[in-house]
Amino acid sequence: MTAAMATGGADEPMLVMKDVHTYYGQIHALQGITLTVNKGEVVTLIGANGAGKTTTLKTISGLLHARSGSVRFEGDDITKMPAHKLVERGIGHAPEGRRIFSRLTVLENLQMGAFSRPKADIQPDIERVFNLFPRLRERTGQLGGTLSGGEQQMLAISRALMSEPRMLLLDEPSLGLAPILVAQVFETIKEINSQGTTVLLVEQNALQALSIAHRGYVLQTGEVVLSGMADDLRQNETVRKAYLGED
Amino acid sequence: MKQLRARWTAFRSRSHTFAEHHRSATIVITMLIAAILLIFLPRIPPLNAIQGANPWYDAFANAGVFVLLAMGLNVVVGLAGLLDLGYAAFFAIGAYTYAYSNSPFSGLDLPFFPMLLVGAAVAAVFGIALGAPTLRLRGDYLAIMTLGFGEIVPIVFVNSDPYTRGTNGIGGIYRPEALPFFGEFSPLTSFNYMVVMIFIVTVAMMLLYRLHDSRIGRAWMAIREDELAAAANGINTVLTKLLAFALGATTSGLAGVFNASKLTIVSPDQFSFSVSFTVLAMVIVGGMGNIWGVAAGAFIVYLIQVVLLKQLNTIAETINLPALDLGPIHFDLAKINFTDYQYLLFGIALVLMMLKRPEGLFPSQARRAELHAAEDLGANDPALVGALGEAPGSDELTGGSEGGS
Repeated sequence: MTAAMATGGADEPMLVMKDVHTYYGQIHALQGITLTVNKGEVVTLIGANGAGKTTTLKTISGLLHARSGSVRFEGDDITKMPAHKLVERGIGHAPEGRRIFSRLTVLENLQMGAFSRPKADIQPDIERVFNLFPRLRERTGQLGGTLSGGEQQMLAISRALMSEPRMLLLDEPSLGLAPILVAQVFETIKEINSQGTTVLLVEQNALQALSIAHRGYVLQTGEVVLSGMADDLRQNETVRKAYLGED
Repeated sequence: MKQLRARWTAFRSRSHTFAEHHRSATIVITMLIAAILLIFLPRIPPLNAIQGANPWYDAFANAGVFVLLAMGLNVVVGLAGLLDLGYAAFFAIGAYTYAYSNSPFSGLDLPFFPMLLVGAAVAAVFGIALGAPTLRLRGDYLAIMTLGFGEIVPIVFVNSDPYTRGTNGIGGIYRPEALPFFGEFSPLTSFNYMVVMIFIVTVAMMLLYRLHDSRIGRAWMAIREDELAAAANGINTVLTKLLAFALGATTSGLAGVFNASKLTIVSPDQFSFSVSFTVLAMVIVGGMGNIWGVAAGAFIVYLIQVVLLKQLNTIAETINLPALDLGPIHFDLAKINFTDYQYLLFGIALVLMMLKRPEGLFPSQARRAELHAAEDLGANDPALVGALGEAPGSDELTGGSEGGS
């Protein structure tokens, strides 16, 4: 199934990162990341803490900028583009740690997610995310900060969807969730993808991530050390030892 | 009784709906009522026993200056969440702008009302000039920066003697030209200043509410909550913060022009840190984020400061309590000058406020909801209380990571 997805569609992949170096001040966080995401795919980045997964997402969404190398989205160079422009261009980012607006209600959070769009058009999208996460519908008027961790994660994903992204960046959606919720969130990610949104997923929970992804990249200290089809990665000896916790 | 209460509740909800749908009309009506009260209250007991009508009008006009300042700072601190400790600098810039345009010192005599806008615009330019390089800073760093700027501005005015007459300041500033129906502006016609002030506050309030309810207002709120998330949601954080800063400066500059025309003198000591601090305290006491709240808060705090404290002196003298003499401790109520204790009382009020009513006297709904959410939902759930207080994004991994294999 993955092969068809990867080759089909446009002549250039949706997202192309080429030899990207990103720094936090002096710290050299990304040391030459090269990766591609094709339209319609779910691609996952796995790796240990500090491998550069979050930094990669931030560099794509414009919250950080690469010092060298290039990031291209749908054929355009977006390396130096500020975050708010990228939202308009169709990149939605649900950042690490959920970061919902805790003093705003669920509905206001969703409206904030649609900030880049005319307010009159967003009702169908609110319906859409409520259908994806029925729990949020019951919580419409509740303050974001009073939601449970799982609900907050659902809200964070929903909020990112409100900008109608063609590409969704998800940073550790399973963080701090009970196992049953993790499964549910991953199901929904699959569902979002099947509705036509390309997904780039960062996960510590490598097994879950690889089970829904088409392809994956393994990151280590700011570099891609391994990449391939999700199924192949799951069978890979090194990956199994290092990231899936198997002997 | 019950019926009366039901009717009152119905009236309240109806007026609430009206207020939400006709924001500007509500402001105009409320300000008209306020104006009528301000005009007539000083003529009747008990207020007329304290001082004559003109001093009252004078106090109200001065209070209006602080209402403006507080409403402006509320945009920066209350809405956008940027702590500005040097807000008096823009007040000074507005005041000096008017001084240059209307005094023997410069030889100019430009009309007052257009100068209100010019002064505001000049302050806005300085707001942008300060904001552009510094708004990349966050939290404490921004506060320190603005504190520095607030100190620099009066010092520049003190030391640029040839241009500002240094510590003496610029005196003999011309008052506004006479208004039709109202007549001359003079120290004896504080009524005129008050009316102009009420007008300015009304207009400012309408504009600020417009912004508050707009896209920009929502963007400010998002930035206050979480700047990174705001950026990730498509908000141009730099521009939005700059706008908050510029708008705060504009309001402050406007207040500066008015104040200069009323005092007829500007000098650097009028714009010390204590002004910035007082206005910030007013915003906090009034209820950060709520425009009506901070306006009322500023008005009340100002009147307490200049009328009530003086009044306490007179009261203390009249009740003539015998002095308490306990060896080294000598306590004579009648000899205490309460106005000297202004900042002590301020400090106590702020401490009590933070302990008992951190959302302010007239809180915005969001803040109230946040600070009392735990109570409303039942504070027995420790997880919930924790979740409210904690910054999101703790690194803990639970369950999930080993769940699958």
